[in-house]
Amino acid sequence: MYKIAVMGDRDSIYGFAAVGLEPFPITDTEKAAEKLKELVEGNYAVIYITEELADRLEREITYYSERKLPAIIQIPGVFGNTGKGIKAVKQSVERAVGSDIIFGND
Amino acid sequence: MAKSQVNPTRMELTRQKNKLKTARRGHKMLKDKRDELMRQFLSLVRENKELREKVESGIRACNSNFVLARAGMSAEALNVALMSPKQEVYLEADTKNVMSVEIPEFKYKTRTSDSNDIYSYGFAFTSSDLDDAVKSIADLLPDMLRLAECEKSCQLMAAEIEKTRRRVNALEHVMIPETEANIKMIKMKLDENERSSQIRLMKVKDMMLEEAHRYDEKNGGVGVYAVEIEESTGED
Repeated sequence: MYKIAVMGDRDSIYGFAAVGLEPFPITDTEKAAEKLKELVEGNYAVIYITEELADRLEREITYYSERKLPAIIQIPGVFGNTGKGIKAVKQSVERAVGSDIIFGND
Repeated sequence: MAKSQVNPTRMELTRQKNKLKTARRGHKMLKDKRDELMRQFLSLVRENKELREKVESGIRACNSNFVLARAGMSAEALNVALMSPKQEVYLEADTKNVMSVEIPEFKYKTRTSDSNDIYSYGFAFTSSDLDDAVKSIADLLPDMLRLAECEKSCQLMAAEIEKTRRRVNALEHVMIPETEANIKMIKMKLDENERSSQIRLMKVKDMMLEEAHRYDEKNGGVGVYAVEIEESTGED
């Protein structure tokens, strides 16, 4: 049985606690990196992370993306959508196809 | 082009020929794998894109709902209301094998059987905006999980496609031409060896004849006729 974690600033994520996800309100980059490591090693299948925080943990997230589990998914925070999540999808298209053919017309 | 050192022997030739055959077969199979992976990847990534747009706009709506809820209540009341969540979500992660890529499949279970049983607070001290906000986020949850599954699959498949493409290219542009060049080189070397040994034999024969002639000359030229006879009989 796996659990689901949500990381980010408090205002963006506390709503998810209500539906049974585990919130980890963190804004400090270093602490967040440590926490992320802990969560990846722990029993979590999905880690939602706000785009704003993900931006600062780029290296860690890329590192963990090779693993089968957990899936680290970026979600927009309360400060709005930075478009980083969709960019990650774009990147995987570019990686696979060689050039972006899905989002080209955006 | 090929610059690996190979011994020009028949055994090596056979080995290289087998290598070429295997390489060609592997190349064909990897190419098929790449094409099929690509097909699946593209449909998955389209779904991923749609889901992401949906989830992102959903989260935006949730956030604005929560802002409303927060505005209508004191921070403490809100914290108390959400402090002990009633609902918990557990995931079961299976893996599905798509062209040898293990992609995750999530099944989720909620702790209470009723998935609408999400309000962890009494309704007396909270605003109705909070109910709306919690409801909207609960409605979004299945899509978010599907997004997680989809996006992770896309990442894993992209990595696999990249790897497969490299292998296909390495076989097509390095391994196969190199082996072909090796085979050609061995063949030429072998032919060359054969020609040179033929020439050597002819030369040796010439020398032997020469020797025989000279020997006869020393004997006073009587033997030329005899040698000719000897030569013709010798050739039988």
